[in-house]
Amino acid sequence: MTTTVEECTDPVALSLWHPVVAVAELNPQEIQTTLLLGYQISYGLRNDGSLGAARQDQPRVELPVRSRYGYLWVCLGEPRGDVFDIPEAEEADRRTLNAASIMVNTSAPRAVENFLDMGHFPFVHGGFLGVEPHTEVVDYEVTIENSEVWARQCLFYQPQAAASASGGQISEYTYRVPHPYCVMLTKSSPTDPSRQDVIGLFIQVMTQERIRAHNFLSVLDEDSSDTVLKRFQQIIFSQDKPILENQYPKLLPLDPRVEVPIRADKSAIAYRRWLSELGLTYSVIPGDQNSTGQATTGQRSL
Amino acid sequence: MIKLYNYDLSVNCYKQRLMMGILGIDYESIPVDFFPGQEHKSEAFKEVNPLGHIPVIVDGDYTLRDAHAILVYLAAKYDPSGCWYPSDDPELIGELSQWMLFAEGTTNTASAARLHDNLGYAFDIDALRSGAHQLFRVLDEHLWFREREGKDWVCSADHPTIADLAIFPDVMLSEEGGISRLPYPAIRRWTERVRRIEGFTIMPGIQEAASLAI
Ligand SMILES: [Fe+2]
Repeated sequence: MTTTVEECTDPVALSLWHPVVAVAELNPQEIQTTLLLGYQISYGLRNDGSLGAARQDQPRVELPVRSRYGYLWVCLGEPRGDVFDIPEAEEADRRTLNAASIMVNTSAPRAVENFLDMGHFPFVHGGFLGVEPHTEVVDYEVTIENSEVWARQCLFYQPQAAASASGGQISEYTYRVPHPYCVMLTKSSPTDPSRQDVIGLFIQVMTQERIRAHNFLSVLDEDSSDTVLKRFQQIIFSQDKPILENQYPKLLPLDPRVEVPIRADKSAIAYRRWLSELGLTYSVIPGDQNSTGQATTGQRSL
Repeated sequence: MIKLYNYDLSVNCYKQRLMMGILGIDYESIPVDFFPGQEHKSEAFKEVNPLGHIPVIVDGDYTLRDAHAILVYLAAKYDPSGCWYPSDDPELIGELSQWMLFAEGTTNTASAARLHDNLGYAFDIDALRSGAHQLFRVLDEHLWFREREGKDWVCSADHPTIADLAIFPDVMLSEEGGISRLPYPAIRRWTERVRRIEGFTIMPGIQEAASLAI
């Protein structure tokens, strides 16, 4: 990206923990750089194993960092609490890995909404997560719990639900949005149906219209190699990428009168309303204003 | 059975999958953790290819690297019709070699831009994009004149050759590297024709042709 980008001034986005890189992909003493909320930042792994990050325009000011679920998380402001919990991922016998960090020209909330939407499975992930004519999304339950969006009893016919699946099945998903830019689902594991596999999309908001999507995986699978597990998620995400890049406007409109919803979008409606209530302005078009993203700064307009 | 050291999202590996699909060759895919694992740069993989890149095929005790060289081998060996690599026609094979080298150019510009935009490779993106546009302009004009002659393909034969398969994937995924194909109508018509070749296979980002002709 050679163009200059606007730095985020949204206090809600600035107080969040943002995923920046998979720690396993860092080499000691190598400094990497990236874009986060429009700020150029540097980060790296010290010889003693600790992580560090700083804005490039303030190299002496250490930013708050966390290492959780295999990722380096960075906050550009005053963090409120810790990175959200993923109880399943704490279990000792799991495979937890980053399937890929892929950059996409879209906004983070568009990617979250796409992740929540089962209606696109047969059309975009035909043969894997869905197949025609099994296109119906049956009604499911959406709630707000502990300031998070949850969708339960999401049932869908899937010809190949996971790398380890060997045939079609009705999958039941539980979706959870614990962070404006992070979303995950749990579903019963093909290798142990009494327990849950977790698939997450933890989004690094580079700018309002460009993201790096970290594909998180925490599964009970002793047989598939890392390469096979990563490969499955990468194929799925690469199928979503052109869909995401062709959505306009790129920022997510929060006004409920924009983009008339259908029933399958129940979780999307709850997500948009939840973002409005959080007062988030970065990466969205706020509902009660006519300008795009970061509306309060008055620096952008459509 | 042929073994292909393969990464599903690699344009150059897709070229081999495309060729083998069209020729009906069964093969075994050996997945390489190209990203984020960088397995192709590992010491173990350098036993397979000291240059540390994919694709590589192993056919019996014969090992071959480099996407465009593998296309030549597969077509020369497994296409009894001799259409995909018409080695008995000196003019045609000269032309074909010229366009295979052109495909090296589209790989090093358009597909490199895609690695920059998708995976964050540290390349000079402006140079890659303008380089790709230069090549696309040449290809678009060439295909436009071919159409005037009633020809559908990159080479002057009345059937596609491996030159079409070498160039097509770089062109077809160019938008992932921020290179629009809107200014190139003859290229867009040609990509539709390639997608209708019997035995055509897709990859993430490349769909089957629409059911109605454009
Ligand atoms: Fe999807």
